[in-house]
Amino acid sequence: MLRFVVRRLTLLVPILLGLSILLFLWVRALPGGPAEALLGERATPEAVERVKRLYGLDRPWYEQYLTWVGNVFQGDLGVSSRTQHPVVEELLRTFPATVELALTAMIFAVGVGVPLGYLAARRHGTWADHLSVAGSLFGITIPVFFLGYMLKFVFAEKLGILPTDGRQDPLIDAEHPTGFYVLDGLVTGNPEAAWDAVTHLILPAIALGTIPLAIVVRITRASVLDVLHEDYVRTAEAKGLRPGTIRGRHVLRNALLPVVTVVGLQVGLLLGGAVLTETVFAFPGFGKFVADSIAARDYAVLQGFILFTAVIFVLVNLLVDVTYGVVDPRVRAG
Amino acid sequence: MVFRQRGRPDVRAVDGVGFSVAPGETVGLVGESGCGKSVTSLAVMGLLPRRGVRVEGSVAFDGTELLTLPPDKLRTLRGRELAVVFQDPMTSLNPVVPIGRQVTEVLVRHRGLNEGEARREAGDLLRRVGIPDPSRRLREYPHQLSGGMRQRALIATALACRPRLLIADEPTTALDVTIQAQILELLKTLVAESGTALILITHDLGVVAGMCDTVHVMYAGRIVERAPRHDLFGAPRHPYTGGLLASVPRLDQPRGTRLAPIAGSPRDTIAWARGCAFAPRCPNRVDECTCATPELLGGRHGLRCFNPLRSGPVQEVAPR
Amino acid sequence: MSLAQVETVAPEETGGSLGRDAWRRLRRNPVAIVGAILVIMFVALALLAPWLAPYPPDKPVGQVTPTSIPGPSAEHWFGLDDLGRDEFSRVLWGARWSLVIGVVSLLLGLIGGMVLGLLAGAFGGWVDGLVMRLVDIMLSVPGLLFAIGIAAMLGSGLDAVMIAIAVVNVPIFARLLRGQMLAQRQSDYVLAAKAVGVRRRRIVLGHVLPNSLTPVIVQGTLTLAVAIVDAAGLAFLGLSSNDPSIPEWGRMLADTQRYLSSAPLLAVFPGLAIIIAALGFTLLGESLREALDPKYRR
Repeated sequence: MLRFVVRRLTLLVPILLGLSILLFLWVRALPGGPAEALLGERATPEAVERVKRLYGLDRPWYEQYLTWVGNVFQGDLGVSSRTQHPVVEELLRTFPATVELALTAMIFAVGVGVPLGYLAARRHGTWADHLSVAGSLFGITIPVFFLGYMLKFVFAEKLGILPTDGRQDPLIDAEHPTGFYVLDGLVTGNPEAAWDAVTHLILPAIALGTIPLAIVVRITRASVLDVLHEDYVRTAEAKGLRPGTIRGRHVLRNALLPVVTVVGLQVGLLLGGAVLTETVFAFPGFGKFVADSIAARDYAVLQGFILFTAVIFVLVNLLVDVTYGVVDPRVRAG
Repeated sequence: MVFRQRGRPDVRAVDGVGFSVAPGETVGLVGESGCGKSVTSLAVMGLLPRRGVRVEGSVAFDGTELLTLPPDKLRTLRGRELAVVFQDPMTSLNPVVPIGRQVTEVLVRHRGLNEGEARREAGDLLRRVGIPDPSRRLREYPHQLSGGMRQRALIATALACRPRLLIADEPTTALDVTIQAQILELLKTLVAESGTALILITHDLGVVAGMCDTVHVMYAGRIVERAPRHDLFGAPRHPYTGGLLASVPRLDQPRGTRLAPIAGSPRDTIAWARGCAFAPRCPNRVDECTCATPELLGGRHGLRCFNPLRSGPVQEVAPR
Repeated sequence: MSLAQVETVAPEETGGSLGRDAWRRLRRNPVAIVGAILVIMFVALALLAPWLAPYPPDKPVGQVTPTSIPGPSAEHWFGLDDLGRDEFSRVLWGARWSLVIGVVSLLLGLIGGMVLGLLAGAFGGWVDGLVMRLVDIMLSVPGLLFAIGIAAMLGSGLDAVMIAIAVVNVPIFARLLRGQMLAQRQSDYVLAAKAVGVRRRRIVLGHVLPNSLTPVIVQGTLTLAVAIVDAAGLAFLGLSSNDPSIPEWGRMLADTQRYLSSAPLLAVFPGLAIIIAALGFTLLGESLREALDPKYRR
């Protein structure tokens, strides 16, 4: 198992190396080059010259690249031209919010999607099945931000049962030691703050989780359909086992394997979608921060976010592969 | 047994298949692929999908009518009184569950053993079906076992609760020839020991010759001939049975003798309602065969034919 | 194996019957019909927008103030937008822009992916290794973020959006085509064709490529849907054209955010338009996949 993990980690090295080169070149290809990217569009030529000397941008490109990679390894992703704070600091400050939101969205997608997909497969060919298939195709095509608007309009503005934006009601006196507001409310013994944070998560999480939900429904349905036709399920039936045993041990344990992979792949989608969702709900996570940075042409932030997201994405999928190895004995062996 | 598919006329796949099995007896169901053998076995077990298939008639098990039995009652019989070994051991075991658990789950379910007792019992079962080092094998997963080992494990599972009826559906077809004989021998011994009635489904007359007391030959969903093993091999009356026997290599013929395949393929058939389904391929065909439906007549040696073979070639098929 | 037997497994044979078979299944599938109708409707409205639109999309045709934006009426079916322009005409013209963005970005992405995929599939060896590493790297960045990065690099504008979405699709098509080429190269009918001495170029052009194209058509249809939605997303983030006179669905949505409580329909119309267009291509693509995939023939 350890060898498996090490082998997968070594496979990551060329990917991250290549990505770093691409991102390095990307900043150099930006309009006005890296100095302007650092200073913003309205920099004076003198300031640009000064920054170029200061950051060694007048040196050969390979030297610059090595310096940059060295900085990245020391946790230095540059400075945001908009806030004048180090990108890493901004990232750490805003990331818990995004993680909290993405996790909630994933729980929504898997918690609703797997049972729905299973039921659709069991009722294969009935109207309930057709409805879930049509619904999931529909769900895939709804633009995240449009869904966000509609949820916000109906549940927050018209019905007024959920908050429109933010992470926490400013009137609530809450401490935030971890940055995960629900958790914060619980550990500081403030259930009111925790519940308030939950209500702020519901609408954005549904908006962000709908595409993953649709995908999870589809893949679960297809996978369960495949497994239901397997000989070993017939064997289990022939053994006269209880329906619950057949469902859990023989159908779902096999059918959920592809679902695990797909859930891992959704993490990228969630982090990308967070930029849109957090903008709609003014949710102060990293997605919102990036969206604001885009508007301000703050490229250091964008560069840091893309690198960071790619690393997370790749690591999560490594984790998925490892999980797969634990669940599926055939992978463990090979 | 009627198969229905939306937008298409119902298909009567199997019709008028009647037979009985006594405790300790082995009955063979023989025919080419697609003739309805496996579907018959699934119908007996109640394993056909509820939607799209209609089973008519009667399946009586020790006085209990299985076709009308509620699903949960049937479930308590399956695996305990009725068991089945399927054709393909490669796909019939759950790949992500250890072998041990797949054996013990039957014991836990039907005999109410706790996990520890069930594990000990499962070890004994594996030993009885000839799996060496059972305690290690119990922990392993199906992909770590050979095809023969897997089929032994499946047999162990099927026999775990000493069922009174075992259906073996082509139990050796997917295995190597050398393993086939071992598995058949194993089945024979175990059935003899426990007094289990066995329905052996196969397309291989060699298997039947070595195992069965009574043989039913099926063609296109109906039984065309049924007889005690010795009568059938000694004096086949139906032209189809004769054809099957003639297409099997025999030890008593001089080397170089050509095998005689049955002309045509199972697709060359006509509906039973209009005549004899075998008529298009039959060497003994008479006019009657294509205008009237033959009935299964005769007692011990039953036959569905207008123009049977008069005196079949006396022969002995090498038992497998 | 005789020549006659090779003939029976040649792709022209299977391809032909597969195509006819697929067409028959497609016509019987209600999902495909609905998808096709939506796609035809979308394309027709996009092409005919200049003639169908009752008003110019970029000029005010009525009086509005931020507090009173007139809703749908007999003259203005979808009402007026925040600048007094006819919303219905703008949605129609928006279809035109969506179609242009979708088709152009699809074609660019397809060409790029084809070049990379064919290079990798045809040469193999280190070319294959290099191309596939590049594909892996590109796929390690989530699609929308990737597009945001490219669009930001190119500066804003519709061409930036099209190129950004195209670049995101390149690795997807490259991987698909390479996989197809490899699978086809090792398939029985290619071996059979080789065995009877068909020349290499004829095998690739006559057998391998046509058979590889089926999944590309499916993927292309689905990609159009994603392209339309992603283009709207980029516009929403302000990465599309700065020209406010260009009626683009994503931008229309973003611009009306401020009026969500007073004139929610201004968001609903372009939103529904995006969904209808994307849904049409998705339904059509999915049913094409089902029709063409032998696995689904039950």
